Amino acid sequence: MVPFAGWEMPVQYSGLVDEHHAVRKAAGLFDVSHMGELDLRGEHAIAVVNYLVTNDISKLEDGHAIYTLCCNPEGGVHDDLIVYKAAHDRVLVVCNGANRDKIVGVFAKAAKDHCEFVDRTDETALIALQGPKAWDILAKAGDVSALAKKPAYSFDEARLFNVDCTVARTGYTGEDGCEIFMPWGEAEKVWNALLEIGKEHGLKPCGLGCRDTLRLECKMPLYGQELAEDINPLEAALSWAVKFDKGDFVGRAALLAAKEKGLSRKLVGLEMVGRGIARHGYDLRGAEGGEKIGFVTSGSPSPTLGKNIGLGYVPADKSAIGQKLFVDCRGKDVEAVVVKTPFYKRAGR
Amino acid sequence: MASVNVPDGLRYTKDHEWAKNEAGKVRVGVTAFAVEQLGDITLVELPKVGTKVEAGKTFGTVESVKTLSDLYAPLSGTVVAVNDDLASHPEYVNDGAYDKGWMVVIEASDASQLDALLDPEAYKKHLAESDH
Repeated sequence: MVPFAGWEMPVQYSGLVDEHHAVRKAAGLFDVSHMGELDLRGEHAIAVVNYLVTNDISKLEDGHAIYTLCCNPEGGVHDDLIVYKAAHDRVLVVCNGANRDKIVGVFAKAAKDHCEFVDRTDETALIALQGPKAWDILAKAGDVSALAKKPAYSFDEARLFNVDCTVARTGYTGEDGCEIFMPWGEAEKVWNALLEIGKEHGLKPCGLGCRDTLRLECKMPLYGQELAEDINPLEAALSWAVKFDKGDFVGRAALLAAKEKGLSRKLVGLEMVGRGIARHGYDLRGAEGGEKIGFVTSGSPSPTLGKNIGLGYVPADKSAIGQKLFVDCRGKDVEAVVVKTPFYKRAGR
Repeated sequence: MASVNVPDGLRYTKDHEWAKNEAGKVRVGVTAFAVEQLGDITLVELPKVGTKVEAGKTFGTVESVKTLSDLYAPLSGTVVAVNDDLASHPEYVNDGAYDKGWMVVIEASDASQLDALLDPEAYKKHLAESDH
């Protein structure tokens, strides 16, 4: 167990690579209860949230969720979030565990005098069931037949093992599957019951370690690595989640100015050519022994691809596919190349 | 951690390297405990033959999928052999931490340095104490 944002969390159960393959080929179960759950209610709840985030939640249908950034006034990223619209007057915001206090502060302040705000993190558990077998397993836990037919990012109430849950077709692995919200006290029961019924489908409990390698293969950003207060979403290749035409929002002016000026740096995917593994914080150079031109945000061997991959920020003019770079692996410059991302994409999508 | 293999006849460091006396030369690797902590090892960086190493200082690195870990020399001396197989087969360290996963052989500048290292009992005690 490792300490993580005030939580004790397992890095691995049966082994990182074993768990990684289980999620890609069968299914994996993650306890992600450290994530923050913020509940906003009232007729202005949507407007309050929409002003704090970059994506447009005003057009969201009931029972649908959306990925978005929450920016500071300078356009840097406070956090990345999933916003769930339950009804015209009810929104659930899920934030990263490490950013909970910061995001609670931002949302509580904005909600004051406009809508109700409750931090439900301590009373809510979140379990992610991910992988091609996820829905086969879930079908044995309760009636999820309607949700199983809906597109990604849909969510609905469901009774699983006689526990009232909210099941969302979301995740952080690049596989199909769901995330299940439930009352804190029911989590152990649901966790154990899912593992039991999932066994015959190859379901394995999974830790933080493979969560990181799975999301990296799909180029899903991780706060504190690809995203930070001094990195804007456009640089992070997340402009699809920034809707300038939706009206004003925190960070809009700064982001618009950054867009018009042109980006000075971009997030790129790297594949190691030489023998070495890029890791968070390593320098990137344009030439062997040359000046630092950027930095690695994430890096790891990819269990699915059998290659060493990474993500990093480089100047825009060094970001083209095929660009040769060098990663300073603790004093040794190892050749890498900019490649197309995501590194992995599941079939049939 | 009582189940972790700590063979007799070897000496150990608190950083989880083992050292084996082979007629004055000392074979060095990482312990089964270290391997268990690291998980699947994907890259091993070792010094070249002839490199001088110093007790307690890093002489290489081991990387697993998740993390990178320094290798610390159990004693001072000169590297006289390197396990080149690990360049193409880093998984040998997972498969055989005490045999085919060996890393270097050091010609000790002073063979009595071995006596200062932990014996198997002391290393087991160290593992028990650090297991929380």
